[in-house]
Amino acid sequence: MPNPTKVIVDCSTGISTEVELTDAEVAQREADATAFAAEQAEREAAATAKAAAKASAELKLAALGLTADEIAALSK
Amino acid sequence: MANTYKLIATATAGASTSSLDFTAIPGTYTDLLLKVSGRTTDTSQIRDYFLLRFNSSATGYSRTWLAGYDGSNVTSGAGITETYGFCGGINGFLSLANTFGNAEIYIPSYASSVQKMYNADCSGGYNGTTTYLMNIANVIWDNTAAITSISLFPANGSVSSPSGNWAQNSTAYLYGIKNS
Repeated sequence: MPNPTKVIVDCSTGISTEVELTDAEVAQREADATAFAAEQAEREAAATAKAAAKASAELKLAALGLTADEIAALSK
Repeated sequence: MANTYKLIATATAGASTSSLDFTAIPGTYTDLLLKVSGRTTDTSQIRDYFLLRFNSSATGYSRTWLAGYDGSNVTSGAGITETYGFCGGINGFLSLANTFGNAEIYIPSYASSVQKMYNADCSGGYNGTTTYLMNIANVIWDNTAAITSISLFPANGSVSSPSGNWAQNSTAYLYGIKNS
């Protein structure tokens, strides 16, 4: 499978050329994408953990006798 | 107010194009305007984004942005010292077949010796009914060099590491505007 290309237009001449990315450029793109996916997974895991902690705290507060309105007021 | 409005060049994506690049941009205009009709090929995206770089620079882009999508959702944010200039939403592979998002990017005083800025207006409809996105963004590039090249990258969902490809026939039009 050929590498992706970049389309380069020279504005001084109007000539458009399509240049295949080098293997190094493709490898960099793949490394960047992998790094981004890892960061995204980390962010999503942190958000999930935070939501779970919030839900757990709300359950404990409810067990202590706080109403839903009182619990909601604590987070405002 | 613009007195002249001239098409400088057009870049059209082929079958697997990772960037659309304008080089040797003449410094003879007052402002630049980019118009983009874009779609990406990445199979995980219904709405994707695109980014840019001036003069191949990977530093100094800061942004504020505001977006609305799918009828009742709004979101906004800001970022500083980023490695790409944010533009905004265009159609992804999962959007309705053969539909393209639209964007306008206005770059005033691009050849001056002060920091550059631009504003981007983007919109895309993704399934023809309820899924869409529109956004505005204002970006500063903390660099005083005249802009002589612009590269446009499909994000594939990432505002820091674009790895996507433009769908075939995605097109960017670069206009030069003079104030006299």
